[in-house]
Amino acid sequence: MSDSSAEQEAGAVIGIAFGNTTSSIAYTSADGKAELIANEEGDRQIPTVLSYLDSDEFHGGEAKAQLVRNASNTVAYFRDYLGKKYSEIDPTNSHHSAHPIDADGVVSFKVVEKSGEEPSNISIGEITTRHLKRLRDSAADFLGKEVTGAVVTVPTDFTEAQREALVAAAKGANLQILQTIHEPIAEALAYAAKENMQPEDRTILVVDIGGTRSDASVVSARSGMYTILATAHDYETGGVQLDQVLVDHFAQEFIKKHKSDPRENPRALAKLKLESETVKRTLSIAVTASIGVDSLADGFDFHSSINRLRYEIRAQKVFDDIMKLAEQAVQKAELDLVEIDEVILAGGSSHTPKIAQRFRALFPETTPIHAPFTDAAALNPSELAARGAALQAALISEFDVEDIDQSTHPAVTVAPHLSKSIGVVVVGADGSEEFRALLPAQTAVPARRVAAFAAPAEGGDVVVKIVEGVSEIRKTIIEKKEEAVNGEGEVEDESEEEEEEEEEEIKTKHMKVDKLLAEALLKGVEKGQKIEVTIQAAADTSLNIAARIVGTQQGVRGVIAAP
Amino acid sequence: MDSVKFDDALPVFSGEWPGENNFVFHAPITSPVNRKLEPLGPHFLAHARRKRHSRTFSEDDRLEASKKVKNIEEEDAGEISEPEDAGMLSRDAKDWKNQDHYAVLGLSKYRWRATDEQIKKAHRRKVLKHHPDKKAASSSGAHQDDSFFKCIQKAMEILSDPVKRRQYDSVDDNADVDPPSKKAKGLFYKLWAPVFAAEGRFSKQQPVPKLGNEKSTKEEVDEFYNFFYNFDSWRTFEYLDEDVPDDNENRDQKRYRKNEDIARLRELVDKALGLDPRIRIFKEQERERRNAKKNAREAEEKRLAEEAAKKAEEDAKKKAEEEAVAKASREAGKKAKEAAKQAVKKNRRVLKASVKDNNYFVTGDPSPATIDGVLGDVELIQGKIDPDELAELVSKLSVSKGADAVKAVYVDQAEALVNKGAAKKEDFKALFA
Repeated sequence: MSDSSAEQEAGAVIGIAFGNTTSSIAYTSADGKAELIANEEGDRQIPTVLSYLDSDEFHGGEAKAQLVRNASNTVAYFRDYLGKKYSEIDPTNSHHSAHPIDADGVVSFKVVEKSGEEPSNISIGEITTRHLKRLRDSAADFLGKEVTGAVVTVPTDFTEAQREALVAAAKGANLQILQTIHEPIAEALAYAAKENMQPEDRTILVVDIGGTRSDASVVSARSGMYTILATAHDYETGGVQLDQVLVDHFAQEFIKKHKSDPRENPRALAKLKLESETVKRTLSIAVTASIGVDSLADGFDFHSSINRLRYEIRAQKVFDDIMKLAEQAVQKAELDLVEIDEVILAGGSSHTPKIAQRFRALFPETTPIHAPFTDAAALNPSELAARGAALQAALISEFDVEDIDQSTHPAVTVAPHLSKSIGVVVVGADGSEEFRALLPAQTAVPARRVAAFAAPAEGGDVVVKIVEGVSEIRKTIIEKKEEAVNGEGEVEDESEEEEEEEEEEIKTKHMKVDKLLAEALLKGVEKGQKIEVTIQAAADTSLNIAARIVGTQQGVRGVIAAP
Repeated sequence: MDSVKFDDALPVFSGEWPGENNFVFHAPITSPVNRKLEPLGPHFLAHARRKRHSRTFSEDDRLEASKKVKNIEEEDAGEISEPEDAGMLSRDAKDWKNQDHYAVLGLSKYRWRATDEQIKKAHRRKVLKHHPDKKAASSSGAHQDDSFFKCIQKAMEILSDPVKRRQYDSVDDNADVDPPSKKAKGLFYKLWAPVFAAEGRFSKQQPVPKLGNEKSTKEEVDEFYNFFYNFDSWRTFEYLDEDVPDDNENRDQKRYRKNEDIARLRELVDKALGLDPRIRIFKEQERERRNAKKNAREAEEKRLAEEAAKKAEEDAKKKAEEEAVAKASREAGKKAKEAAKQAVKKNRRVLKASVKDNNYFVTGDPSPATIDGVLGDVELIQGKIDPDELAELVSKLSVSKGADAVKAVYVDQAEALVNKGAAKKEDFKALFA
């Protein structure tokens, strides 16, 4: 997978997940596995924070700790400002750290870099450069060789201007950005690499619940090629909001005891925020967590504990927002929830059990929800983006930048995607005609699929009907069990299981034949033989069909002309 | 791309087929929508590659497949991954003597060839996978015990210690390559090369010569067989021993096993030597060469013998001829001699008669002394002259009439003899009286 010789000569390439709250770095080991790199402090999730104190620059966890005592010289949550004009940014998240200022339209931060000197203006580009430099150095220290190139993940709403600003900032850090990739795809890629199988055709909902924002994307994966069908963003839902829930809870407790609101004191608030974040993390693993802050406000110490249930009740609104966001993305993609084959929860907040539970409840039982709470084998959601980036970095490390640019050019990336599924009519278990998709909708052409079908039990002349199919959502009321029977086996199980629990209508997805495209006749097929059907969709959207009896010379070929 | 398998059957066709061909086109697909693909992941990479190089799926598959082959070969050197079978995973660590340490570490492809680095890596990989702490965390519950982890540790203990590893390698019959059976078909070199490559691992002397192929020279083949006949093996059999303190019995057994192994190898080499087509070819060539020499020598000998015989024959012929000539001449000489003798006798008689007829050159009755003197002289002349002169003398005498004339002939003859120095005047008593 990786070109080790080129890597040794030219240094290593890494994947960087550059988040608004935290960043991660990862590399792909010699055996093709993506591994996260811990920085000097041992953090794999490195806070995207830089802090200046006494002429020293602090980065990551150390810088984050300074939010309490040195907030005005600490720069945090700056990724989303990159490449934007001052007029375009929403500085809400920076209220409790160094505030962005307008320097001729350029977003800057006024910090005291050297003690005793006048505060200086550092542009957002410079801050990003410094941050990337620290990440690069951490990776180089870990790998023991120079890091020359990186693949960086960016949100799906990252504009070209932002991308250019990022590339320029990285250049300042002596780091070549080989490619910027979209976060949800990197996350899907991390899972695809884990399964390490022939890629299946699936439609994936990727929900990335970050620190300050959440993004949902509906992605169609067709034989390992990804297309984003729809995205939805919520800049006001994320880990910070969950922290705020706990901050409010503890503040109320404090008020009850000491008649003083710690939220009114910036330092107390910062302390409480940091501790609440720790509590939130603990609650993802344990059912209760305790908090202890010495001298929180007015000289009072604060000690308390909270159980998971209380937290979940309090955070319900945030959870609702996340679910809304996810449903919104699916709606935008003009799909029904049952048409989602897989859900990937990414981002640090995806550790939250309740979020995973909510997704579990929203989707049918058969849809896997990849989150630590619902899937024991799930990858760490905080690491997904970096892993995907590292895998991509290893994949393209042997190419020139020019080569990469050419391959990512719209001439290559823009391709016709099938509007409807194309498949073959088969005889179902009950003797009725059923549709089997070979090329599902949203498959990019050119594409090729090969499928083997059984011959009829009694043999004879066989017709291969190439048809277009559409999905149909069937609503099944539990009592009417018969309707579910003609579906797939899995659907049956599901309806049986839920029968006793709740009286609700169940939606299931079925494919039905929509339009006959072509027919091919295979004469004298003997029983027990296999029939192989190959559909090859050309770039001009014409279809080449080949059907043959496996093990014989007998076959039929034909072309379905382009529309 | 892998084929998707559906168990559902395709419908049977009945009724009238609407078209002439077996493929009937009804309608195009609903117009597609242009969307932007996310440019990441290996499959997008493949898509970009196809699109940029305008390759079709099958072209791209082919090109990528050929690339992959190369990659796999390159990876082979470093990659250690083998499927673990259930039987191995459920092994009891106490039975470590019968455990395949290489298989436990996933190195059964490499065995004695595995480098220390590979062993280390493989061990680390296995530990990461089978550590009891990890097992406890996984919910599978099937292999909760840590016996396989112990197996891994034991394997590492043995393979990381050079002495123990040698002992294990010595008896690692999974690395042995059995000699091909007599019925096995195929090229001798192909069948036997792995056998000797496997045997060669026990050699103290490295590198081990290779079996080679039909193009190997005689020297190479000789070197190969000599090497294996004089094989210096480090193979030991301690691993098979029970864990008891050293005793004499044990040592005997050790020696016995070692000897047995040497005998086994010898037998193996004998067998290979017997089957090696090159040996047959070399023998054939050798025989031909020897025969060629012999033939040449024989031809030479024959030629020499023939020459000698010819010469002898010629010599004999010559000799015979010479002898014949000699005989003829001898006979001729004899005849001539006899003739001469006869002539001499006859001439003598003529001479005697001539002097007697002439009354011994005296008138009247000659005295006996005179007769004796004259005869003495005549005989002297006769003795001193050769037959030719005698014949001449005789012819002179025959024409001479009268005593004086005859006497003069004699005197002339005597004087000629005296002049010649053959006789002295004094000897002729009567003629010069």
